[in-house]
Amino acid sequence: MSIRGKVFRFQDNVNTDEIIPARYLNTSEASELAAFVMEDIRPGFGKREDIKDGIFVAGENFGCGSSREHAPLAIKTAGISCIIARSFARIFLRNAINIGLPIVELKDTSGFDEKDRVEICLEAGTVFNHTKNRGLRFPPYPEFLQEIIDAGGWLKYAQKGK
Amino acid sequence: MGNDATLSEKILAAKAGRDRVMPGDYLLLKVDVALANDITAPMAIKEFKKAGGTRVFDPQQIVLVPDHFVPNKDIKSAEQAKMMREFAEEQGITKYFEVGRMGIEHVILPEKGLVKSGDLVVGADSHTCTYGALGAFAAGMGSSDLAGVYLTGKAWFRVPESIKIDILGKFKPYVSGKDLILKLISLLGVNGANYMALEFSGPGIAGISMDGRLTMANMAVEAGAKAGIFPVDEQTAAYEAERHIRVEKTGPDPNATYCKTLSIDLDELNPQVAYPFLPSNGRDIQEAEKDNIRIRQAVIGSCTNGRMEDLREAACILKGNKVHPRVRCIVIPGSQHIFRQALKEGLIETFIDAECAVSTPTCGPCLGGHMGVLARGERAVSTTNRNFVGRMGHMESEVYLSSPAIAAASAICGTICHPDSIRTQGEK
Repeated sequence: MSIRGKVFRFQDNVNTDEIIPARYLNTSEASELAAFVMEDIRPGFGKREDIKDGIFVAGENFGCGSSREHAPLAIKTAGISCIIARSFARIFLRNAINIGLPIVELKDTSGFDEKDRVEICLEAGTVFNHTKNRGLRFPPYPEFLQEIIDAGGWLKYAQKGK
Repeated sequence: MGNDATLSEKILAAKAGRDRVMPGDYLLLKVDVALANDITAPMAIKEFKKAGGTRVFDPQQIVLVPDHFVPNKDIKSAEQAKMMREFAEEQGITKYFEVGRMGIEHVILPEKGLVKSGDLVVGADSHTCTYGALGAFAAGMGSSDLAGVYLTGKAWFRVPESIKIDILGKFKPYVSGKDLILKLISLLGVNGANYMALEFSGPGIAGISMDGRLTMANMAVEAGAKAGIFPVDEQTAAYEAERHIRVEKTGPDPNATYCKTLSIDLDELNPQVAYPFLPSNGRDIQEAEKDNIRIRQAVIGSCTNGRMEDLREAACILKGNKVHPRVRCIVIPGSQHIFRQALKEGLIETFIDAECAVSTPTCGPCLGGHMGVLARGERAVSTTNRNFVGRMGHMESEVYLSSPAIAAASAICGTICHPDSIRTQGEK
């Protein structure tokens, strides 16, 4: 699957309170959550017209903090098609895998800037930055996680093996 | 890698019915306890139903605790709590704890003996790692993970690498588990233990109380850890015995493999204050005192520091003093049981005499939910676990993390200070 989009750039340790502040967690309605995605790091972000098919590029430990699945769900529902980071916080990683939000761990994410046009091929394990004309590779997911992804998420996988 | 296993590996191997599991192994395991709260349960319930679920796999596995936004702060949060309550009724889930009978989830599960040594516990709350204090393997997960347990009784695990924390010496006065874990997080960094387990060991742990251990295991996640786990010793056995649970002493094998070892001497440890906006920004209290940090609010409570020992420590400092005129001090006992005990011991009277606000158990202010949300530009010292941007309210507010002793002293002083710096009100 090839994912194309425009980069929104974030730094290290983007936490779940920034992704979806707790004051909006009195609902679990995905569309309501998406309207406030990244609210405490970029106020108004969730209501912008140009975020559809966006790609987040971040540094280390993306999604640290709370276990709230509302965080990857808000990102996914807002139309962000993939997150590239140097590393993901553990619970965010499993939540993203479980709900089918594509994530990519890249050793070095320094060569990406806001608005760069990027193309990701998950199967081939490649990220191509068209703006910078530069390609990078990432290792495949562990087999178990790939099976969850292939099944269409954790609950579909879990039910298959029941 | 030899046959000697870490405690995490031992528990996961036992649950997998294998002699040995290795870091990096993926396992599909039946869990003993699956916990969710009023924020995460509604999403788990929706996913369960969306996946075609009608009856949960085992109602006895499931614990539901409304604690984040209860007693409900608004109509939407009331709707969330209602969904959870009705699910408990419909599914015959008896371990549902209503307002007036509840407490903060990570305070009541150990208190009521709902989790025990050797258990495999998952919770849709990042601080589920608290139960590692009892020698359980407990990890925070998401709502879909919980929905999976509701459907099949099982969750997926990756066996973690472990970091050994070797603890020596004894706490100085006014130094506690909170200071130790803040120090460790500052040494490890907020992702220094990402995907890993912290295994606490060494001669120093015998002197750390169960409440102190619960505080430490609770914040393992702030270093990114999947679990923070203590060996099962005499103290654990005594704690469990009070709950009519018999446990065998256990710990890691002597030659278990760790990816890293960190040694820390409690004799050298000073009270810590974690500056905004990361829990890893811990500094010695002496440094914080020099910075003359004026506060508007002090919060004493939460799943990190809302237990008996915490309230006793705070009351001891607040007794005979008044909260600084510029400061609101909010005290939140972690459970109804603790509330009653604090009442019996006269602590609640001490808090009220000192002009603190005392609340029914709730997570409330810790996550900027209710019962102490900060306005623009306001600064709080708090015994909670996170100090991210906007955590307790406005994006331009600030949270400094500390122990109950430091929070109580700071509430009196109006600036962040060591209890030794407290003078009587008249001298100020």
